[in-house]
Amino acid sequence: MELSELLLEPLRFSFMQRGLLAAVMVGVVCSVVGAFVVLRGMAFLGDALAHAILPGVAIGYMANGGSSADRGALFWWALGAAILSALGIGMITQGGRIKEDSAIGIVFVGMFALGIALISAMRSFAVDLSHFLFGNVLGVSNADLWRIAIAGFLTLLAVRMFYRPLVAVAFDETHAATLRLPVTALNYLLLALIAVVVVVALQTVGIALVLAMLVTPATTAALLTRRLPLMMGVATLIGALSGISGLYLSYYISIASGAAIVLVCIAVFLLVFLAAPGRGWLWSLFARRRQAAQM
Amino acid sequence: MTPRLHPQHSRNGAAPPVDLPALEVQHLSVTYEHTRALDDVSFVVAPGERTAVIGPNGAGKSTLLKTLVGLIHPTSGAIRVKGHVHTQCSAVAYVPQRVQVDWSFPVSVWDVVMLGRTAHIGLFRSPGKRDREQVQHSLELVRMSDLARRQIGELSGGQQQRVFIARALAQDAFVLLLDEPMTGLDVRAQDEVLRVVDNIHQNGVTVLVATHDLQQAADVRHYERVLLLNQRLIGTGSARNVLTAENLAAAYGGHLHRVETEQGVLLLHDSH
Repeated sequence: MELSELLLEPLRFSFMQRGLLAAVMVGVVCSVVGAFVVLRGMAFLGDALAHAILPGVAIGYMANGGSSADRGALFWWALGAAILSALGIGMITQGGRIKEDSAIGIVFVGMFALGIALISAMRSFAVDLSHFLFGNVLGVSNADLWRIAIAGFLTLLAVRMFYRPLVAVAFDETHAATLRLPVTALNYLLLALIAVVVVVALQTVGIALVLAMLVTPATTAALLTRRLPLMMGVATLIGALSGISGLYLSYYISIASGAAIVLVCIAVFLLVFLAAPGRGWLWSLFARRRQAAQM
Repeated sequence: MTPRLHPQHSRNGAAPPVDLPALEVQHLSVTYEHTRALDDVSFVVAPGERTAVIGPNGAGKSTLLKTLVGLIHPTSGAIRVKGHVHTQCSAVAYVPQRVQVDWSFPVSVWDVVMLGRTAHIGLFRSPGKRDREQVQHSLELVRMSDLARRQIGELSGGQQQRVFIARALAQDAFVLLLDEPMTGLDVRAQDEVLRVVDNIHQNGVTVLVATHDLQQAADVRHYERVLLLNQRLIGTGSARNVLTAENLAAAYGGHLHRVETEQGVLLLHDSH
């Protein structure tokens, strides 16, 4: 089979077209917000938010009478749970008596346990819910695509609008406070953006894998660049391409689409980690050899 | 047009009276939980003056600077900058003792200094001509223009300190507060920072420097004013008038002795 055929063949199916579109959009939005997650060391929080939306999803199901037909309701319930958790973590830490990672641990596991409790109460729907744990990008409907597009666009718009204040707070919170920037509000904004991204990514890679999409493209890009805008650009590229190639991979070797996307992403990271010019593992190995040879 | 370090923050085009003090602190008190860090401190600093803020450990030097820049809310008292109650976002700039940042953060020296302009650049906007000129000018004042494209992790400690001073200058401050800028720097880097402070002073910016180095503080070539603090204000004015045996005993408890020299006052410590 020729390459063009290889690439075009899956596109005969409209579910593949929709899936590709969703994977690219999710990859882009995750990568941009993920840059802040990586720079601020908030990976644990991202994972926590992803798990904390489970009760939202479960309640959305129950509200629908146990049907997954109206995914719009699920989307909003999940978003509500994510934002509630983000605010909860923020509020528990606000006084300074409880450390953030402890607060995250408590809210994350608490919400996840609540989700599992709710699901176990309606055992028969557990199979449907596995879509939300591991994603099902090939089951994306037109309505889902619109939701992803609008939420993604609003997220990117917010990042563009508050880019400089967000960077100022990420780099040096004390300095941002002396500039009288609304530091607390900006921190909550970032939490809200992460919450939106997690819910958007729910459909493609699922709760269990979303952290990889937030962290991996941005971390990979950080190994290749030294300026933030460029880092975001490269991360976006990696996120989008991983989405596309992961989906093709899942089509041809019949593996779960979310897992395939994440595995491609990680493969790109490993490649860059080993071979990145100047900073990769191989590079430093050769540098050491050369130094040793010169001695 | 050459960029100015401090534009006139006046309304309706009316120039503010020239003789207003740069900084006016009235009955300032700060209490943490149950301990009092600053007790009824009042002083006035003239525009363009360099002031050394000295006092023993725990005297409240850092607390004073953090309160002046708005990081700590005073329990009572008032702070005026150029006659205005201090609310303006950019009037006072602060460089902490140790800037705690992630040195691998993907920003260049130029980017860091541009962060000082954050409050000036509108949402959705990119830095304008005025912002770029100000960053360029600030970098020149701290003599770091050559390294503008470096990633911040690639700088020495003294260079990093100067970049943060430039970031503070870039925000158009009238008053610059430096908290122990020499700590952890070698003698050469310290000299470089002192030269930068002189540069800034010559550009008309009022500078307050918290320092442990009494010798430097007493040197009239570097500071016009000394502010001796030990929770209360013990004295402020020229080094000669403030660093009296009586005041030093009140602040440091009798372990310091003064000798007058041509450069100012020489202080000797006998606690060893």
